Amino acid sequence: MEANNDGSMSQVRHVVLVLSGKGGVGKSTITTELALALRHAGKKIGILDVDLCGPSIPRMLSIGRPDVHQCDSGWVPVYTDAAKTLALMSIGFLLEDPDEAVVWRGPKKTAMIGQFVSDVAWGELDVLLVDTPPGTSDEHLAVLENLKKHSRVDGAILVTTPQAVSTGDVRREITFCKKTGIRILGIVENMSGFVCPHCSECSNIFSKGGGEELAKLTGSIFLGAVPLDPLLSTSIEEGKDFIQSFPDSATFSAISSISQTLLESLQTA
Amino acid sequence: GAGSPHANDCPGTTSEQAGKSSSCAGCPNQKICASGATKAPDPAIAEIGEKLSTVKHKILVLSGKGGVGKSTFSAHLAHTLASDSTKEVALLDVDICGPSIPRIMGLEGEQVHQSGSGWSPVYVDDNLAVMSIGFLLSSPDDAVIWRGPKKNGMIKQFLRDVDWGDLDYLIVDTPPGTSDEHLSIVQYLSSTHVDGAVIITTPQEVSLQDVRKEIRFCQKVKLPIIGVVENMSGFVCPSCKNTSQIFPPTSGGAERMCADLDLPLLGKVPLDPRIARSCDEGKSFINEVPDSPAAKVYQSIVQSE
Repeated sequence: MEANNDGSMSQVRHVVLVLSGKGGVGKSTITTELALALRHAGKKIGILDVDLCGPSIPRMLSIGRPDVHQCDSGWVPVYTDAAKTLALMSIGFLLEDPDEAVVWRGPKKTAMIGQFVSDVAWGELDVLLVDTPPGTSDEHLAVLENLKKHSRVDGAILVTTPQAVSTGDVRREITFCKKTGIRILGIVENMSGFVCPHCSECSNIFSKGGGEELAKLTGSIFLGAVPLDPLLSTSIEEGKDFIQSFPDSATFSAISSISQTLLESLQTA
Repeated sequence: GAGSPHANDCPGTTSEQAGKSSSCAGCPNQKICASGATKAPDPAIAEIGEKLSTVKHKILVLSGKGGVGKSTFSAHLAHTLASDSTKEVALLDVDICGPSIPRIMGLEGEQVHQSGSGWSPVYVDDNLAVMSIGFLLSSPDDAVIWRGPKKNGMIKQFLRDVDWGDLDYLIVDTPPGTSDEHLSIVQYLSSTHVDGAVIITTPQEVSLQDVRKEIRFCQKVKLPIIGVVENMSGFVCPSCKNTSQIFPPTSGGAERMCADLDLPLLGKVPLDPRIARSCDEGKSFINEVPDSPAAKVYQSIVQSE
């Protein structure tokens, strides 16, 4: 599919969707952590948060509610730092009241996403990560249709937790990818076991092994498993850079290895 | 500016403001709505009102946030209510994209049948009926890639065309968010009496952030809130018995939110690996491990409603 290099996406090298199908598995958390890990590896990263009902990324990056401005090439994304290594655009920025519900039906969501995707002046990026809400509906179709118009979509990462209730929905998301021609870059299993900080006993709170089984079942790559880690949950809550705070943790090495594998598959595509 | 989208609500295709409100600008349906074509009230609303008039209690299970345990709660609420064999209970799953209820209720692979009186739901027990789009899919890989209007049509059918019989309780499990499914369920039930909503959350601010929006939604559509349940509220290590706050209540958890918003906190359910296992196996956690701390909290929540 020809890319329509018309400015806003023309300097974005790779576009990766973060999908699930299931809610609450950690799409936004994984998107944020991968972005931070890739930035630590020296890449320029952007995040597009198209979860209209529950935009979580601004809080995870301690961005709060900045004013957003437009320039000639569109909306200026919000940068987490002066060096502009990590950019974010989220519907969260456009809400006057953060507690106000965005109660929109499909057509309006579709129109909004269309504006988002085509009108953000990303500038030069190595990777644009697109965080999505759960499901296989208006937002997902809109994001895909609009991204394809302006750029190539390299593929999608699918996030699941180990249980069958989760992989059951992710299987359907995999079908969505196959039907819409999105390459599956791999599966990440989040909340994969909890190691008690007091006694080191590992508890499989959300069951075990589902991510790998799903990868085998669907012929996808298993990118890795990220454990349940209260330090990560707290970091995310407080908008801190987990990669900087806990570089020696098992969680960090899991995320780091997933980001490395992702980079390699993007570069060899 | 001209291009700045304001996050106002869609006024609804049947409202006076349809197509005319400032929030309609940019919506692909604006012309259709403004022409008045959508304003006639949907006859299904009255039909559903008639059909469900004998249902004594209707409870919606909502969150706003995904993955907090709505389906888990809905299923166990249904099981507990149905443990009184004199009560007729039904569980309706309106999560069109991610229907979890068939698996959690041990009904994977079941299909629905149509008869003269409508669709027959799938029965778990004599007095416990379930309906979900999951029963209309022939394979676990089938994706339901539908836009809003088609999802709304399905929900209308579930309410109007399912032969529920006379029910004591209708529990409705919903997907995360505040969108088509939520607007539709409220709209289609608008000619009936709905007891209210049970709101599910987990302790972290990332969840509460979305849950507050859901609460605003309920207030906007005048849906009473029965109370809030906080799931995944701490984990007691089975080995050393120490508690870890895996999903930390950094902003005071559901307790603080309920105090701020003057809402009842129905209970705090701890994390227990056996809950996930029961759900995966389609069994009732409350039956399988009745003495666990989590099961006891569930029992007390359900009894208090």
